[in-house]
Amino acid sequence: MSTPFYVSPQQAMADRAEYARKGIARGRSLVVLQYTDGIVFVGENPSRALHKFSEIYDRIGFAAAGKYNEYENLRIGGVRYADLRGYTYDRDDVTARGLANVYAQTLGTIFSSAGEKPYEVELVVAEVGAEPEGDQIYRLPHDGSIVDEHGSVAVGGNAEQISSFLDQRHRDGMSLAEALKLAVQALSRDTNGTEREIPAERLEVAVLDRTRPQKRKFKRIVGRQLSRLMQADNAAVTKTDEPSDEAPEE
Amino acid sequence: MEANPRSTGRLPAAFLTPGSSSFLDFLAAHSPEMLPGGRKLPEGVVEAPHGTTIVAATFPGGVVLAGDRRATMGNMIAQRDIEKVFPADEFSAVGIAGTAGLAVEMVKLFQLELEHFEKVEGATLSLEGKANRLSTMIRGNLGMAMQGLAVVPLFAGWDEGKEKGRIFSYDVTGGRSEEHGFAATGSGSIFARGSMKKLYRADLTEQQATTLVVQALYDAADDDSATGGPDMARRIFPIVTVITEEGFRRLSEDESSGLARSVTERRLEQPDGPRAALL
Repeated sequence: MSTPFYVSPQQAMADRAEYARKGIARGRSLVVLQYTDGIVFVGENPSRALHKFSEIYDRIGFAAAGKYNEYENLRIGGVRYADLRGYTYDRDDVTARGLANVYAQTLGTIFSSAGEKPYEVELVVAEVGAEPEGDQIYRLPHDGSIVDEHGSVAVGGNAEQISSFLDQRHRDGMSLAEALKLAVQALSRDTNGTEREIPAERLEVAVLDRTRPQKRKFKRIVGRQLSRLMQADNAAVTKTDEPSDEAPEE
Repeated sequence: MEANPRSTGRLPAAFLTPGSSSFLDFLAAHSPEMLPGGRKLPEGVVEAPHGTTIVAATFPGGVVLAGDRRATMGNMIAQRDIEKVFPADEFSAVGIAGTAGLAVEMVKLFQLELEHFEKVEGATLSLEGKANRLSTMIRGNLGMAMQGLAVVPLFAGWDEGKEKGRIFSYDVTGGRSEEHGFAATGSGSIFARGSMKKLYRADLTEQQATTLVVQALYDAADDDSATGGPDMARRIFPIVTVITEEGFRRLSEDESSGLARSVTERRLEQPDGPRAALL
């Protein structure tokens, strides 16, 4: 029987973290921002079918960067968790905090178990409150930690640079058009500081809108509504939810 | 470093298994005791409140689904203001006659089943698909139906592909059949159907269709002791819902009380209601 090479635990964890980080960095970044009526998710996504953002429950949205099959798996797990919890107790008892905890436990266990390959994903779980003060945004890195974020958060390839760009410019009480404009500006900056154009067709945008009369606050912004918002002058747009409630798939 | 998945609080394997978009299937695999059909039943017949009459009618541009407000237990009125018509999702509704407790649970599960599919798949089920899911759920309840705890729904919705309102009726075994024009279920359904048979026309407006179902419920309450008529003293009126291209809408209390009042007022002059031509 041959003796396996000794690898120190520190080294093993560092290698796993490095592996996960590299996988996440390959994906495009996405940002999640608070605005006056809710929370907006913006990312560059050439695919119309494979979403980076989705609805988990009434007030809870999900965003992920990294490997598609892994975060899709976690997303469906989250939907099942939320629906089961809402069925067992009540719809009000499903919270982003609970969901973030379950995700953190799941990611953490996978990360530290030698038998499994670490997930190459970074998640954001956001819950919109009745008032802006009630909004919650949690960032969940690959290793199972939870970071409670305020105002703005970026995950994915160029996250650090985008985060600092957003931190300097994001303020409370932005309109949806302003927040969207800032998000696109942040996403279109390359690592070397140059800017490139991201056309509206390559953007995936969704909101958790607290002013929506329905129980389910999650809504994708697509097509005409998106181009209208992107062209709108900062001052002109104050109303966010247009009466034309377009279907998510168009 | 090896972790025990049971003690870490991570999502159990059933949550992360890809493949199924059905909440029912997930529940059956993960916690079957939570499904209404998954429980062991005691011997004998259980007495529980029963909901009674549900009626539906199509009109060009949509479909209306309405129900009375009474639940009975034997000869007793168990509840005067029970609600038996619910939105299933944005473009469909379900009204349930039969054991009230089970019916409410089944509707909750059905709503969740549709919402779950929508969230997981990113697309909604077809109207036929929704009707079939409901069929499966009723079939699962057959054991309880044998002990007197039957649940018999009426399902109505807007078919986006065919661009019309459609009605599906069910029997206790989950047998599903599409109804054309109008349908009724529950103890007062015989009288309601008779009433609609004489009043229904294919070219009704939305306003006329809602009046039609309120007339039918009035006739059912007139001849069936388990169906409740409009209760003017307590301000309890039938629940009337309309599903069109725009989606599901429940008539506000003002609208349904207005309908019930005008029907009742006419009945003061003509107790048997409007008369159809003899030939």
